Amino acid sequence: MEHHLIRRVEYVKLLNTYPEKKSALGTLYLTATHLIYVEQTNNNTRTETWVLHHHIMSVEKLPLTASGCPLLICCKTFQLLHLLFQRERDCQDVFQSLLRLSQPVKEEELYAFLYNPHQNEVDRRQGWEFISVANDFSRMGLSNEYWEISHLNKNYEICSTYPSILGLPKNASVAVVTGSAKFRSRGRLPVLSYYHKDTKAALCRCSQPLSGLTSRCVEDEQMLQAISQANSNCPFIYVVDTRPKLNAMANRAAGKGYENEDNYSNIRFQFQGIENIHVMRNSLQKLLEVCSMKSPSMSDYLTGLENSGWLRHIKSVMDAGVFLAKAVCDERASVLVHCSDGWDRTAQVCSLACILLDPYYRTIKGLMVLIEKEWISFGHKFSHRCGHLDTDPKEVSPVFTQFLECVWQLSEQLPCVFEFNERYLIEIHNQVYACQYGNFIGNCQKERLDVRLHEKTFSLWPYLLKNQHLYRNPLYRRSLESTVLRPSTLPLHFKFWCGMYNHYDRGMHPKQSVLDQLLSLTQKQVEGERTMTELQRQLAVADGVLPDPSGPINTPAEQDGPSEKTPTAPVVQSNGSCAPLINGDAEEAGPGAEKCNEKEGADPGATEHDLTSSEDKPVSVETEHSKEEEQESS
Amino acid sequence: MELSEHIKTANVEDVTLRRPFHPALRGTLCVTSHHLLFSDRKDEASWQLLILLKNIDAIEKRAVGSSGTITIKCKDLLVLQLEIPGMEECLNIASSIEALSSLESVTEMYPFFYRPSHLTLNGPWGLSSTEQYYKQTERLWDRWRVSTLNSDYSVCPSYPSAVIMPREVDDDKLIRSARFRQGGRFPVLSYCHHRNGMVIMRSSQPLTGANKKRCKEDELLLQAVIDGSELGYIIDLRSAQQAQQARMTGGGFESKSFYSHWKRIHRHHERGKVVQESLIKLVEACSDPSHSVDRWLSKLENSKWLSHVHSALSTAGLVVECVERDGHSVLVHGSEGTDNTLLVSSLAQLILDPASRTVTGFLCLLEREWIQAGHPFQQRCAHSAYSHARLKQECPIFLLLLDCVWQVWRQFPLALEFSEALLLRLAQEVYASNYGTFLCNSEQERCAAGVKENTHCLFQSLLRPDIEEQYLNPLYEPTDLAIWPSVHPQSLQLWTGLFLRWTEYAQNMEEAREEVWSIVKEHHEQAGPDRTNNTLSTHCDTLTPFENLMDELTIL
Repeated sequence: MEHHLIRRVEYVKLLNTYPEKKSALGTLYLTATHLIYVEQTNNNTRTETWVLHHHIMSVEKLPLTASGCPLLICCKTFQLLHLLFQRERDCQDVFQSLLRLSQPVKEEELYAFLYNPHQNEVDRRQGWEFISVANDFSRMGLSNEYWEISHLNKNYEICSTYPSILGLPKNASVAVVTGSAKFRSRGRLPVLSYYHKDTKAALCRCSQPLSGLTSRCVEDEQMLQAISQANSNCPFIYVVDTRPKLNAMANRAAGKGYENEDNYSNIRFQFQGIENIHVMRNSLQKLLEVCSMKSPSMSDYLTGLENSGWLRHIKSVMDAGVFLAKAVCDERASVLVHCSDGWDRTAQVCSLACILLDPYYRTIKGLMVLIEKEWISFGHKFSHRCGHLDTDPKEVSPVFTQFLECVWQLSEQLPCVFEFNERYLIEIHNQVYACQYGNFIGNCQKERLDVRLHEKTFSLWPYLLKNQHLYRNPLYRRSLESTVLRPSTLPLHFKFWCGMYNHYDRGMHPKQSVLDQLLSLTQKQVEGERTMTELQRQLAVADGVLPDPSGPINTPAEQDGPSEKTPTAPVVQSNGSCAPLINGDAEEAGPGAEKCNEKEGADPGATEHDLTSSEDKPVSVETEHSKEEEQESS
Repeated sequence: MELSEHIKTANVEDVTLRRPFHPALRGTLCVTSHHLLFSDRKDEASWQLLILLKNIDAIEKRAVGSSGTITIKCKDLLVLQLEIPGMEECLNIASSIEALSSLESVTEMYPFFYRPSHLTLNGPWGLSSTEQYYKQTERLWDRWRVSTLNSDYSVCPSYPSAVIMPREVDDDKLIRSARFRQGGRFPVLSYCHHRNGMVIMRSSQPLTGANKKRCKEDELLLQAVIDGSELGYIIDLRSAQQAQQARMTGGGFESKSFYSHWKRIHRHHERGKVVQESLIKLVEACSDPSHSVDRWLSKLENSKWLSHVHSALSTAGLVVECVERDGHSVLVHGSEGTDNTLLVSSLAQLILDPASRTVTGFLCLLEREWIQAGHPFQQRCAHSAYSHARLKQECPIFLLLLDCVWQVWRQFPLALEFSEALLLRLAQEVYASNYGTFLCNSEQERCAAGVKENTHCLFQSLLRPDIEEQYLNPLYEPTDLAIWPSVHPQSLQLWTGLFLRWTEYAQNMEEAREEVWSIVKEHHEQAGPDRTNNTLSTHCDTLTPFENLMDELTIL
């Protein structure tokens, strides 16, 4: 594209994090979508490092050294690339190019608007319909005698950042709903997040009330009354303000604030003390400094971890989630949750409570539904929080990352209750920042509709589901399905997530993986089951029972593809990802290409020539041998 | 028997027992010479809790009205509470426990009375001996020999009767070298690497003293170890400064000028009291009910336990680097050569030697490198994390070893044949046991007390008749390579299996372990179609529908 000034630089060194490992010379390529570093090692193997431009968080030129001009690239996936150029000019050019490529200005420049995972319009439409929030409401048992699905917001007139369908108490009149919306920050009125069938208790969410120091609103009070009345099992509702009390009080001066217990009948008000996005952003910054320390002592590391405050924040989110789940299942009480705008902390806490309460959300598909419901449809500002576009850096914050980490902390403590494994969470995290699929682009449903996202981009979920065998947790016990999770929130259960924040420092990870071993043991059985269902489906198609989506006969053949046989390497196919080099057109880039990191090219003949000229030649990929890794530090 | 004189009240009825994560129980409490027995006699189904008195590290008494509460804190980190009606009974029970849990005389301890029906006292004791190790290690035969100069323990009281020495050094020279080393612990062979024949030696510090004394025979001995090759490494487990200071008290280090072919590397390791206090602080931190993450992390850091784990694994890695990668022999020592020296040399072997990663191999390693090599178990493990007694010689170096082995297992979950459960069992047995294995401080003491004649061997019993499934790693896949653990702080973790052993967390982990076992078993059943006809036929059954479907498709 017209963007990049430079496309290829030779004799670039990729400095290793571990000084003992010798770093070789290689060639750097900049395509329309990726930064690719190709290292030719002496024994004729190629190592390729692919970094999606959207994953680049910052590029920094470091002071000149005797050995060359260093460039430090920090990624949103917590990968660090330390490149060393021989010529200052090259360094400057790459620096300039990357600055532009990594910070698109317009939404249309995002990868998702170029990317086509070989699907037609029917696939596209089906992909977007695959996860449906409305279906989840029916799963919870809506509508019922207390709650109904309302279309009052179908034109986003009551609240522009809410979804078009809302779960509302049946006995709340239109006047109460609209009145309450006017009394809430940005019109984010109290609506249903989750309905707990067994206890009839509801989890509701909203933004802070515009109560100021003295204001009150009869409709809002009636709204809370209606929520309370929808649950006959408990005479009161909890109103949980997830902010620290001090922050909430400061907001009162600005005409916002929190509910006055005297004005609302039968509410129990609680603060939870989760810090705001700025505190979280700074905390992550400090955590990442700890992660990138060069050979720290145990004390340096633990002190750094403590000073970052990161785990303290994770625990505060978890504590709040546990509080909600306990209120719902133990006290059978409905809960209304808010923070300031009700799209960050509220999303974290509600979705976490859902996971604790409902085993469905602990499955691979259930987590998709949950993210779609609590985060995407309720207007978590993904574009702003992830910094997809070149916008205000103060809007960026790892709120969603924290949610994923809370789920991971739960899975560490309760290893048998999730259908998915750690890689699923990390893959979702990578995809959120990759903008390869449209799901996490935009800040709310209305915005997505306005840019016609569903017509121009594809949905991530079908792709993840196709690869779900990689994300399975072999220890998942269906028998535990019905239980409400009761994790311990003692501080010692909160661990540093090395697999996320030091993901690319392979030397730090266990050298053998129990997960891989168990997955490969269970793989055969699963593959058998899958072939079975696939064959049955094909039979049904052949019989004319099912409509024939494009080329069903190919599907079993694909299942025998190399990536399926090696569950050790998540998402390794990257067919034709070299195409953009010539024509700047990314349509041919394979799914998941952005995260193919440090692949060991098995084909010594695949030189840079192939990279620049061949259009559909897949980059050979070989899974790393565990034996090599064992010797890695030697 | 005089032990019974300590028992003033043998039985108390209506005692309430409280354990973590269990409902309170009411029942009868008995104190015997070696045990505390609680039995809950509800109808026929009775439940019993039997605790070795030696397992009790500390007790706390509290009066509540006319009854008393005793909190029992065990060396395996379990904490129990007993509510005893009657103040007098409570005090009597407490004083009996206090007296009987701290017996000093070895022959009064329970292993001398433990006589299970399935074990007999006749027959060989232990798994291996120096001679057997020599016989198994063909690489040694050419240049090394077994010396029995210490058969009456006169040369070195803490060494076993037989040691492996270079052929070209005769016993007279060894005796002189022994005089030059603290406690007579002259350099002996600890391990010979199967790949390149390089060896790990261990000893105590040389007694060079302030006057820089030297000992020709000691120098010759070490010269013979490297046998003309360029270089050997001495890994001194003290900082250079500490080693210098040791000269003031008669100790010292191998000077470059006299040991010209040996290169000395210093690595600081904490020892004794400092490590014991780390354990106490860590266990305290783990039971802190406070809900502040910062406070937890600060306590974890302040305990320094993970720093000790870090140092031990780093230095073991250094030894492995010398032996495996650089192809040099290594001598490891600190001061006395009975603690950190054994820790580092045995960890290095676990990393290097596939044979030491099997259950039998690992137990043999512990037997050779800890029990026979004279780690003073009785002194080091007299008390654990809860005791208020003044610290004497206590130091949880063996626990530190088990923690390091756990860290290796966590990073190489397929490489060890044994499971975490075996490590936990050992962590328990080392402080209180039915077996004689961890009694006394040396082979000499064990001989004198008649341990081998009058007690059973833990290691033998673990392996006989078949090792229990729970001690095996279901995912074990032997590898010949060195398993080099990462020592990045991010790679090392708190050993939750041990330190959170009595929490709900342990139950969750147990579920996961069961699940792993069931997956592996299921897989074995499927993978072995020709084992029985039964499995074969079911195998066929599952295949048929696939084939039918295939046929139909082809026709279509």
